Amino acid sequence: MKFFSDFLRFSGVLRGLILALLPALIFFLSAASHVQAASPVFTSVVPGKTLNFPRDFGAHPDFRTEWWYATGWLQTPDGKSIGFQVTFFRSATEHDAANPSRFAPKQLIVAHAALSDPAMGKLMHDQKIARAGFGLAHASEATTDVKLHQWTMRRENDGRYQIALPARDFTLSLTLTPTQPVLLQGEQGYSRKGPVAGQASYYYSEPQLKVSGQVTRNGKPVRVHGSAWLDHEWSSTLLDPRAVGWDWVGANLDDGSALMAFRIRSVDGQALWQHATLRDANGKLRAVSPDAIRFTPLREWRSPRTGARYPVAMQIDMSDIRWRLTPLQDDQELDSRQSTGAVYWEGAVTIERNGKPAGRGYFEMTGYLKALKL
Amino acid sequence: MKSFSTTLMSQVTRWLLAGEWRAHPVRALVAVMAIALGVALGFGIHLVNEAAFSEFSAAARSLSGSADLQVRGKSAQLDEALYAQIAAMPEVEIAAPVLELDLAVPGQRSALKVLGIDGFQSALISPDLMGQPEDGKPFDTLMADTVFLSPAAMTWLQMRPGDTLNLIAGTRQVSLRVAGSLLRARAGQRLAVMDIGSAQWQFARLGQLSRIDIKLVAGANRTEFKMRLEQAQASLVVAETEDQDKRTATMSRAYRVNLNVLALVALFTGAFLVFSTQALSVLRRRPQFALLRTLGVTRRQLLAQVLIEGSLLGVLGAALGIALGYGLAAAALSMFGGDLGGGYFPGVRPTLVFSPVAALIFFSAGAGVALLGSWSPAMEAARAKPAAAMKAGSEDLALAPLAVPWPALAAIALGAVFTMLPPVSGLPVFGYLSIALLLVGSIALMPRAASLIFSALAPRWSGTMGSLALARLANAPNQAAIALGGVLASFSLMVAMAIMVSSFRVSVDDWLQHLLSADMYVRVQNGGEAGRMSAEEQQQIARLPAVARMETTRHQPITLDPSRPAVALIARTLDADAPDRSIPIVGESLKGISRPVWISEAMVDLYGWQAGQSVELPMQGKLEKFTVAGVWRDYARQSGALMLRLEDYRALTGDMNINDVALWLRRDASAAQLRVQLESLPFAGSLEFAEPGEIRAISLKIFDRSFAVTYLLEGVAIVIGLFGVAATFSAQTLSRAKEFGMLRHIGITRRQILLLLAGEGALLAGLAIAAGFVLGGCISLILVFIVNPQSFHWTMSLHLPWSLLATVAVVLLLSAAMTALMSGRMAVAGSAVRSVREDW
Repeated sequence: MKFFSDFLRFSGVLRGLILALLPALIFFLSAASHVQAASPVFTSVVPGKTLNFPRDFGAHPDFRTEWWYATGWLQTPDGKSIGFQVTFFRSATEHDAANPSRFAPKQLIVAHAALSDPAMGKLMHDQKIARAGFGLAHASEATTDVKLHQWTMRRENDGRYQIALPARDFTLSLTLTPTQPVLLQGEQGYSRKGPVAGQASYYYSEPQLKVSGQVTRNGKPVRVHGSAWLDHEWSSTLLDPRAVGWDWVGANLDDGSALMAFRIRSVDGQALWQHATLRDANGKLRAVSPDAIRFTPLREWRSPRTGARYPVAMQIDMSDIRWRLTPLQDDQELDSRQSTGAVYWEGAVTIERNGKPAGRGYFEMTGYLKALKL
Repeated sequence: MKSFSTTLMSQVTRWLLAGEWRAHPVRALVAVMAIALGVALGFGIHLVNEAAFSEFSAAARSLSGSADLQVRGKSAQLDEALYAQIAAMPEVEIAAPVLELDLAVPGQRSALKVLGIDGFQSALISPDLMGQPEDGKPFDTLMADTVFLSPAAMTWLQMRPGDTLNLIAGTRQVSLRVAGSLLRARAGQRLAVMDIGSAQWQFARLGQLSRIDIKLVAGANRTEFKMRLEQAQASLVVAETEDQDKRTATMSRAYRVNLNVLALVALFTGAFLVFSTQALSVLRRRPQFALLRTLGVTRRQLLAQVLIEGSLLGVLGAALGIALGYGLAAAALSMFGGDLGGGYFPGVRPTLVFSPVAALIFFSAGAGVALLGSWSPAMEAARAKPAAAMKAGSEDLALAPLAVPWPALAAIALGAVFTMLPPVSGLPVFGYLSIALLLVGSIALMPRAASLIFSALAPRWSGTMGSLALARLANAPNQAAIALGGVLASFSLMVAMAIMVSSFRVSVDDWLQHLLSADMYVRVQNGGEAGRMSAEEQQQIARLPAVARMETTRHQPITLDPSRPAVALIARTLDADAPDRSIPIVGESLKGISRPVWISEAMVDLYGWQAGQSVELPMQGKLEKFTVAGVWRDYARQSGALMLRLEDYRALTGDMNINDVALWLRRDASAAQLRVQLESLPFAGSLEFAEPGEIRAISLKIFDRSFAVTYLLEGVAIVIGLFGVAATFSAQTLSRAKEFGMLRHIGITRRQILLLLAGEGALLAGLAIAAGFVLGGCISLILVFIVNPQSFHWTMSLHLPWSLLATVAVVLLLSAAMTALMSGRMAVAGSAVRSVREDW
């Protein structure tokens, strides 16, 4: 369910503007009714459409919102583990389509990067936002090629992703190499997000990406390697208005399997919608009935900054499989109250399958401090 | 007994002081008031200027935020393609593009500053520019038809979020929705902010920027980056943020300094009053002081006594002046706003801040000047030989050192030399020094001049009383000197100021008449550069039946030096062979130049350009070669203006827009008919038109307003001068009670004595006024030909306001005679015997 959290993350230092923008982005996602008369008409997500590659690796500006989202675990030469997360986000605005100005803010590009190192005790993160244009910020329609000033993520012809991201406190320079075919989520890439048919997105993942490259902190470059997960998702309408938050996990399992699961919570803590996908190393998908999925908190961690309580250790039952998530560190809360006010937990986790270590992934929890204002 | 014990002396000090002030409270009060006024004016002007300047700078800074550098085009617009290049440079952390326009609001007299910004970038550099949308409408910051207004602009335009704001771009009206407020705009700052893409579209500025604010990555070399950028793009001006403050400072500095000098004049007059008060009181108390000396008071103690008296006047006056000055500043700020009519700090609401340092400086100046004024009298009191001083009639001798002519002549000579020197950092420092030296020298020279003139006159005078008056004046010139000096100082300064202002006003009037030769002028409301008319619209105007001929003007600001304010580039219909027909040329204009430009006098002073010189002017992002054909006089733009032929401009730029239109009527048409026809144009709603008479009237009103403070200060100087005359004469006649007693004794009537006094007064004032004319004339020459050109970079021709000068001269003469008469009445009121006996 990271797509949603992306909206929260493009925060940054841009107080006034983004503070104001953020609820709107969420609002647009949740309720398409708020559309002005002269505003552009966005394409809807409908079932039965076949995703076309490499075209669909690229951007879909006719849809209201879109993101490319990479998370993963990195090993440093001294054997330590750190988590990373890089997100590029595209958002179409309501700006008058007739405006011929090259500055007309019709498409916005937002990016967010975070590094999770237990030695730091908390996340390091940075955000950027810009209007697309002038070659300074763009999201290409040809393939995955997004750029926000110096931050770039590009898919090469051989399928490898190049990420270059000089952030405030760290610089990422990573190559993500696919080892498996693309994983189409939901029904052949049509992914339902709520009880109403329109609440959906087009969604594919690239799990089990091999990572190599370097991470620079305090001016010192360190070679790293590891594994990552990439999501690409686009939509014009997404969430049910009753949703207050969600829990989402995406994990690369040691046996080559890929696991994705999410639930959308309502005010009473019940799941409004939930979904899981499990694909083994051979590409065989295991069907999981939504009714058979159950999220159970095992341990809570209370943020000393915000006072929010997060179920940082979570048990997910999926008929005969019992998954158990354990965080790399408890404090992976992203506190951007100074900017957008958004507060959520987004972090690296190890995952056990029926009590045995099974792999590593990323876990995301939103709406735990207060219900998202929709 | 070697000397008075200290305790006793301090008691004596108090007695002497109290006695003196009790006896002559008005004189002491006048001296205190004069100092107070001088200090108050100086301090008040300083406070107002400081408040206005700092608020103006702060407002300018809040617009540019924390930018390291500001990139502008030398011409008004910057191609947006440069933004892409600059933002992509590795040294650039943030590049925020800005489109800045001053746009007319229908029905409002002044324009509204509209900034088109990229909020995502500007938020990181100038967060003060972020608009606050209403709840639930966060995307309003990015809409194509929304605008955010500062609180001051909301109040000014009486608007609230949700209202529709109409702006005039070109001749077109653009309607925008007020989407919210700029909460962090400064008080009084009238500002509108909208998205840059929307602004480019709405105001027909596609592809154009005004500037790019840049923040460099940590560790980047700012100077090196700036140089590299300027070398790569010759049409760019890269300014550091300090340049902006410098620009503001340069723009208003000459004006501010001149105001402060005027305050100094008031202070100088005050010092002169202290001097005359103290000199006369020392003279009158010579016997008392002599007695004290024989009782053992040392010279040093006596010196201290007089100095304490003087500095007490000064301290009282200065303290009063500080309080008064603060009040004055507060009143001026609330009544006239921050710019004192000078127009240098528009659109800000300054808050008055009491500055202890400035207060201390002005207080010290006031007190110090008083101390200086009593120095010479104090020295005299201390130096006098007790035996001689106890005798009557020795007063004139006491002032004898004043009559030594050499220091005075040296001062005048030095003053003359100073008139040849150039300005110091753009200020006419030597001009002012020269004026001060001429004043001091002339005043010091007066006793000798008086003695010479009155001695020469005496033999030719029949009549007893006339001879008596002349003999008295010829033989006791040093006492007369004080009265003379007072009148001379105030009258000469008044003459100088009056001549300067009148010269300026007449020159401006002539200039206006030269420039305004058409029958009707048309422009877009509040016409800045943004008020343009297209070629089609120009045709529509030219085709109006009442129009015989049309001339057009295109003007826009260009930047030649980032630390100086922009220069106006004016393209207009001009005959290269006879430019003087349209613009006031100074000197000769070169003929036969293929691409001529006529530069205003400021360009010669500020940029050192000369006729015949080849120069490069930025036009639409490119530099084009021109040759300076001549210099013209421009009173409208102190920071420089360039005039070129419209056809050259159009050939080079292809820009067919214009800003101003001058129309000549057909022989059979009237201005009223033309007005009706103009009103019928489809874009008439955006236009304003005026006949030359109206423009002239408005311009002269603005002129008078900007000189309002000058008039006020001039008035104050004259009042102080008249006070001085009164105080000096009454003190003098009182001290001559013994003389009048003797005259009564030998049979001269009271009436005759009064006549004698009135005659003396009139003669003295007459001489001072005559000298004041000469001195004031000289000073006015310095003001007109040195101080003004050096401060404001324009020249003017000399014009004497004869009737005003004559009126003031007569009033002064009469008041001097009357004062002498009235103080004489008191002197001759007592019995002749007692008066004479006092002598022994």
